[in-house]
Amino acid sequence: MAPTPIAEAALELASARKDILRIATAGSVDDGKSTLIGRLLYDSKAVFEDQYEAVERASAGGDYVNLALLTDGLRAEREQGITIDVAYRYFATPRRTFIMADTPGHVQYTRNMVTGASTADLAIVLVDARKGMLEQSRRHAFLASLLRVPHLVVAVNKMDLVDWSEQTYEAIRDEFTSFAAKLNVPDLTVIPISALHGDNVVTRSSASPWYDGPSLLHHLEHVHVASDRNLVDTRFPVQFVIRPQSDAYHDYRGYAGTVASGVLRPGDEVQVLPSGLTTTIAAIDGPRGPVDEAFAPMSVTVRLTDDLDVSRGDLICRPANAPRVSQDIDAMVSWMADTELRPGQRLAVKHTTRSVRAVVKELQYRLDVNTLHRDTEAPGLGLNDIGRVRLRTTQPLFVDDYARNRVTGRFILIDEATNSTVGAGMLSTGS
Amino acid sequence: MTTPDYRLSQLETLEAESIHMMREVVAELERPVLLFSGGKDSIVMLELARKAFAPARIPFPVMHVDTGLNFPDVLEFRDRRVTELGVHLIVASVPDAIARGTVREEPNGSRNRIQTPVLLDAVEKHGFTALFGGARRDEDKARAKERVFSFRDEFGQWDPKNQRPELWDLYNGRIHLGESIRVFPLSNWTELDIWQYIAVENIAIPSLYLAAEREVVERQGMLYAVNEFISPREGEEVRRETVRYRTVGDANLTAAVLSTATTVEEVIAEIAVTRMTERGATRGDDKVSDAAMEDRKKEGYF
Repeated sequence: MAPTPIAEAALELASARKDILRIATAGSVDDGKSTLIGRLLYDSKAVFEDQYEAVERASAGGDYVNLALLTDGLRAEREQGITIDVAYRYFATPRRTFIMADTPGHVQYTRNMVTGASTADLAIVLVDARKGMLEQSRRHAFLASLLRVPHLVVAVNKMDLVDWSEQTYEAIRDEFTSFAAKLNVPDLTVIPISALHGDNVVTRSSASPWYDGPSLLHHLEHVHVASDRNLVDTRFPVQFVIRPQSDAYHDYRGYAGTVASGVLRPGDEVQVLPSGLTTTIAAIDGPRGPVDEAFAPMSVTVRLTDDLDVSRGDLICRPANAPRVSQDIDAMVSWMADTELRPGQRLAVKHTTRSVRAVVKELQYRLDVNTLHRDTEAPGLGLNDIGRVRLRTTQPLFVDDYARNRVTGRFILIDEATNSTVGAGMLSTGS
Repeated sequence: MTTPDYRLSQLETLEAESIHMMREVVAELERPVLLFSGGKDSIVMLELARKAFAPARIPFPVMHVDTGLNFPDVLEFRDRRVTELGVHLIVASVPDAIARGTVREEPNGSRNRIQTPVLLDAVEKHGFTALFGGARRDEDKARAKERVFSFRDEFGQWDPKNQRPELWDLYNGRIHLGESIRVFPLSNWTELDIWQYIAVENIAIPSLYLAAEREVVERQGMLYAVNEFISPREGEEVRRETVRYRTVGDANLTAAVLSTATTVEEVIAEIAVTRMTERGATRGDDKVSDAAMEDRKKEGYF
C-alpha cells in the first residue's frame, strides 16, 4: 500500500538528520512558564490527544484550557499550582529536536534550576510584562550566565495584558540588556509574547507590528550553536578500561570514554595524565566499529600504541596542550544542601571520571545573586547560595577554566556521610 | 558517521549519552543488572549495552520480572537474544511468588502492582545495587521528573520531592548498604527515537510489533487480541482485524492498535502521525488516575 501524503510528510519529519537543542526554562511562579511550554508542545503537535483530554478535564470551569497542567507532573505540583522539580519535555520540528528542562522559578528550588540549566544550550527567562524585571528574573539570568549557557532568551510574556505596548517591551528589553552586560551573556534575544494566546510563540503575531524579530520557535530552530563547542583542546577522560580477555580479542585493551573537547584521530601523538607519558593513538572504536576521528560528545574506545598503565580517572590530551594539573581548585560553587558549606569542611569531589576528596580551604565571598554584591564576611554558604570557594584536593585534578571548557571545568561536591550531591562547582582562575 | 561540522545527529547524540551512562554505572557500582523484558525499549537498551562494552561481553546479567502473563512470542525473543549475547538471564517469577504466598493476586487480574515486591525481593536476593530500566521521560508525567541516576532507599522507594540534584553528566552513584540506584539510559529518547534507532541499526524485534491479521475483541474502546489470556466474554464479538502492538505488557491487559504497518519504516510513519500516547492507547492499567504512575513509582515500580 502506498503511504498517504500525511504519512510521507511525517516520515520525512521523523527521519531527517537533525541536531538536538537543549533548552532550560525558568520563570517566577506566575510568569506563565508552564503555559508557554504547554503552548510550544501543543502548537508543535507534541501533545497527544489523551494528555490534552486529561488536561481539559482537570481545567474544567476556566475560560481556557490550562496548558500548564501538561507539564506539572507531580501530584504536589498540580495541587499547589507550582513547579517543584525539573521536568523534561521533548518536541521536534522538521529542523530540530528539542529537549526542554522545565525548571522551577522559586528561590527555594534554585538547585533544581541549576540542574536544569547545567546541560542547556539555551535558556529562556520569562518576564511578566506587567511586572517587569523582578529579583527572580535577575537571578535566573545570572544562573544561566554562571553555568555558561551560551544563548539567553528573555520572553516578555502576558503582552496582551499591557495592550501590546511597545514602550513596555522596550523598557524591559533595555533594562535586561544593561543587566546582561554585567554578566557573561554572549547572545541575548528579547521576544514579546502571549503564551496564553500563542502570539509570537510559533508564528509572528499581528498584535506586535512594531516587533521585527523572530517568533520564539523560529529563534529556537535557527539559533547557531555549532560554534559553542570547544574543538581545540583535546581532552579525553578515561571512563572505563575494556579488556575482553577472550580468545578473539586476547590482546585488546581499550580506554572507553566520552570526548570532552577537541578532536582525536588515529596516529595522533597523545599524553596521558597523571603519568605524563606520551604515546600515539592506534585506533578509535565507535559504536559501529573503527572511526577516523572522534569529537565531543562521542562515546568511543581509544586504543594506544604502547602498553601504558592507564585507568579510570586518567586523562588523554595532546602533549603541547594539556590541562592544568592541580590540587588547588578555585571555583564558583552553587550550594544545594540544608547544612552550610564552611571552611574546614571535608567533601568528596567528582570531576570528569575522577573522584577525590577535598577540604574547603577558604570561602572568598558569597555572591548576592540579585545585586551581584560580594559579601567577603560571609561565614558559610547556605542552601541555594552561590560563592567563590578554594578547595584543596587529596589528588591532582586535570582542569581547565569552565569558561573555556564546560566539561573539564566543572565538578560536583558530595557529602560523604549522606552521599547526597550538595554542590556544583565551576572552575575559574580569575576573580 | 562524522560530519564536516563535527556535529552528531540526534540518534548519535542519544546513543553516545546512553553509552556514557552505562559505562559510568559499571565503573562506579558493584552489582548492576539490566531489566530486560523483550519489549522494544529494553531491546534498544540491551543493544546499547552491547555497544558500550564491545568487543567485551556485557559485564552484567539481565533480569526479567515475569508476570506469567507474557506473550509467548516475546518470551521466545527474550531467550534467543540473551543466548546470542551470551549474557546471564535471571527470571523473577510473579506466579512463583503468588504460589509462595509472598504476593496476592489483585481482583482486577492486573499483576502490574504485584511485580514490584517480586522485583524488590530479587534485587535483595542477588544484592543488585544498580538496576538499568528502559523507562523514557516522554512516557508519563511522573517519569518526566525522573533523574538518570535515580536514588532508591532500602525499601526501593522513590522520593520525588527530594531527588539528588543531577548536574551535567556527573552522575552520583554513591549509596549505602541496602540502597540502590535505578538508572535510565533511555531518559532522553522518545518513542519515535526508539523506532528510528531500531530501523537505522536494523535491530530485531518480536513480530507482535508489526501488523498482522489477528482475532480481536473490543473492550472499552480498545482492541484485545484473543490469546491464551484473553477469551471473549459474554456478548463480545470476535472479529478479525489487522493490528499491531505499540507496547508489550501483560498479554491480558495490553491492547493492540489498528495498523497496516508491516515494516519498521511503516510503523515509524504511523507513529509520526499518531495523536495518542502509547500508554494511553494500549495500557488498561495506566488509565486509573492522573497520578497512577507516580504512586506506583514511589513504591518501587520502574
